[in-house]
Amino acid sequence: MARATRHVGLPRWVFVPAAVGALFVVLPLLAMLDRVRWGDFLGLISSDSSVDALLLSLRTSAAATLLCVVLGVPMALVLARTSFPGQQLLRSLVLLPLVLPPVVGGIALLYTFGRRGLLGHTVDVLGLQIAFSTTAVVMAQTFVALPFLVVSLEGALRTAGGRYEAVAATLGARPTTVFRRVTLPLVLPGLASGAVLSFARALGEFGATITFAGSLQGVTRTLPLEIYLQRETDADAAVALSLVLVVVAVVVIGLARTRATP
Amino acid sequence: MSLEVRATVAERRFDVALRVGEGEVVAVLGQNGSGKSTALSVIAGLLRPDSGSATLDGRVLFDVGGAGRSGVWVPPHDRGVALLAQEPLLFPHLSALDNVAFGPRSSGRSRREARAAGERWLHEVGASEYAGRHPGRLSGGQAQRVAVARALAAEPRLLLLDEPMSALDIDVAPAVRQMLRRVLAGRAAVIVTHDILDALLLADRIVVLEDGRVVEEGPTAQVVGRPRSPFAARIAGLNMVRGTRDGDGVRGPDGVRVEGLADEAVPDGEPAVAVFRPSAVGVYRRPPGGSPRNVLDVTITELEPVGEQIRVRTAGLSADVTAAAVAELDLAPGTRVVFTVKASEVTVYRA
Amino acid sequence: MKRWIGAAAVVALLAASAACGSDDSSDKASSGSKDQTLTVFAAASLTGTFTELGKKFEAEHQGVTVKFSFAGSSDLVAQIQQGAPADVFASADTANMDKATGDDLTKGDPVDFATNTLEIAVPPDNPAGVTSLQDLAKPGTKVVVCAAEVPCGAAAQKVEAASKVTIKPVSEEQSVTDVLGKVTSGEADAGLVYVTDVKAAGDKVKGITFPETTSAVNTYPIATLSGGKHADLGKQFVDLVTGSTGQQVLADAGFAKP
Repeated sequence: MARATRHVGLPRWVFVPAAVGALFVVLPLLAMLDRVRWGDFLGLISSDSSVDALLLSLRTSAAATLLCVVLGVPMALVLARTSFPGQQLLRSLVLLPLVLPPVVGGIALLYTFGRRGLLGHTVDVLGLQIAFSTTAVVMAQTFVALPFLVVSLEGALRTAGGRYEAVAATLGARPTTVFRRVTLPLVLPGLASGAVLSFARALGEFGATITFAGSLQGVTRTLPLEIYLQRETDADAAVALSLVLVVVAVVVIGLARTRATP
Repeated sequence: MSLEVRATVAERRFDVALRVGEGEVVAVLGQNGSGKSTALSVIAGLLRPDSGSATLDGRVLFDVGGAGRSGVWVPPHDRGVALLAQEPLLFPHLSALDNVAFGPRSSGRSRREARAAGERWLHEVGASEYAGRHPGRLSGGQAQRVAVARALAAEPRLLLLDEPMSALDIDVAPAVRQMLRRVLAGRAAVIVTHDILDALLLADRIVVLEDGRVVEEGPTAQVVGRPRSPFAARIAGLNMVRGTRDGDGVRGPDGVRVEGLADEAVPDGEPAVAVFRPSAVGVYRRPPGGSPRNVLDVTITELEPVGEQIRVRTAGLSADVTAAAVAELDLAPGTRVVFTVKASEVTVYRA
Repeated sequence: MKRWIGAAAVVALLAASAACGSDDSSDKASSGSKDQTLTVFAAASLTGTFTELGKKFEAEHQGVTVKFSFAGSSDLVAQIQQGAPADVFASADTANMDKATGDDLTKGDPVDFATNTLEIAVPPDNPAGVTSLQDLAKPGTKVVVCAAEVPCGAAAQKVEAASKVTIKPVSEEQSVTDVLGKVTSGEADAGLVYVTDVKAAGDKVKGITFPETTSAVNTYPIATLSGGKHADLGKQFVDLVTGSTGQQVLADAGFAKP
């Protein structure tokens, strides 16, 4: 209350639903903390299967984030900087995984890349084994995380506008140079937050993974799948692992925040 | 001839032909929406016209729209045309020096060469001391100097300036204008402005646009001294009555006749303009008797201080009077008054 | 101030949740009349059979509605432990029923009413040519089983141990449904699921039985719950399931007698 606020005139009642909303998010986390059996905590999270699941989750989420950047940056550029017939429709389709239940995404992937899927034969000919492989996990995660990157980057691109790019072009910079030296640095914060969101989404991915990739320790059983499985027999382990997932997510988001605001 | 361009943009009702001579600075004047910025965008390659062509130093920039056109379209980065916008638009992530070195670097120069060029141009615009600063820590005037240096460092064949002074504080604009006058000397440039001072100090020639067409063009002194379009007359601070030649005067479309001195032969019935200074206009509550004068019934729309005088504006004409006169005559917007001007103060010439 | 906001938050949350939940207000409203709702928690594998039996029960008992909650047995036990208002609990294994009896949540002793055994499920065209349990251990054959943590996975492990066959699955799924999904979509060459699951899947999969299956017989117990409101009705439902009608319906679905 001692710190002066710049904004005046925020209606007081706003604070009540705002506080309720915050509590609604924070209370369950606190409740979970309350349920953790701290005495066994280390033992619970350091079992082979738990460590495997955590490492697998980190690896696949990193790979999925990389894939999101490689594919999502060009997508956002095309959506933000060009106009063509059907663009609005394309944008809606690209963003569809945001609102689609992940299980649906998994089923869709299955019917595309699965052995009997649309591209299954092609994939087979190429000698790739996607089903039940870590690749499938990365694909499932990329599928659900890609829109997060595209949305936040497209927003950043639109906010930055095309004026700096126009100036750069008239100064003799080729499109690639403009992209590398002007566009990219300008939207770097947007790209970073998009990548973090993608990573967080990939880390939490469950439905598409279990539908499309299966579940095998060290290969396809990521942390969320391990938590869900542990719930069957050992609720304490599930809670402990959930806490690990929360901590990882908080650390990632925290790191991104401090780096995005120098 | 350095630049020759002719282009139409149907959507903006733009149809303009423009030439810029070797080392010539052309000021493009016009109201908002008259097509000034469209002209710059087309020349810079940021907007594709429906049809038209342009050459710069003998090289085709574009030739598009319609049969017989070659369809050539040179992208902006390959035109040798640099654009200086209203706002400096310095790249926020680069220092002032790196901003200026951007052009040379993009054209393939080494980092060292580019920086050397950057330092040279920063010196040229009097901004050497800001070299290490990032744009966020530059004032508007400083940033615009750096932007000028950046545009020049790209060594463009043609420099486009889009109202470069309009975003600056009044007290820094003169210094930047002075600097531009120095660096633009002997350079081909097009400057879009609505400030007569820019045209007077920077331009060799003036082109006036109205609704996407050229309505007047000529050497600066001629356009300012003998405007033929209402817009040019207004920015030159002159009253103008347009109409047809009628004896020694001009008859306007509403029947008003203004007597004056014709200094060139314009046959009766031909388009002509009568031009006179606001300071030559007398303001009365009712028509005065006596010497032969032009007497115009008008209604005041606005009163505005101009120097030590008060400018009394009406729908088309202005009069400069003293503050004492305003008080004495009790003038206010809406007051009906009579403007008088001696025929000897009115110049009549071909429109 | 802080405490006030906290209290307001809790009230608002509860109010909002209450408005959304159906609760058992229908019961309260009809307490005077004969309309009653019997709530049955049953293992997911009983979905088909119990739905059918529920209809029969409603037909025999005027004014009674049977409400089912089908889920994994461990989920159901957890819910019952948290105070979920159920009258009857039918588990897919004795372990989960033991949890309920251990916490004194059941009324009377549980009754075993059915058994289930494992079967190999393959796609209709049987691409890997599986005919026996031993075929599942062949390299290159993509086998999907349940994870050891869930009952069908535990059963699969027992079968493996008894027959000395070591299966290297490509995936250890969360549930029978997930295993079947991988088989019906053709991703996997074979899966180990219950006989009843193969039957329920119709012609989307082919079932291959094997002698070693008898080493893992899954027993289904049923019991009325002490937290329930309709003890008599619950007892009558248990009777229906264990009686000849219930046993016939269960047998039709592939369940064996205990």
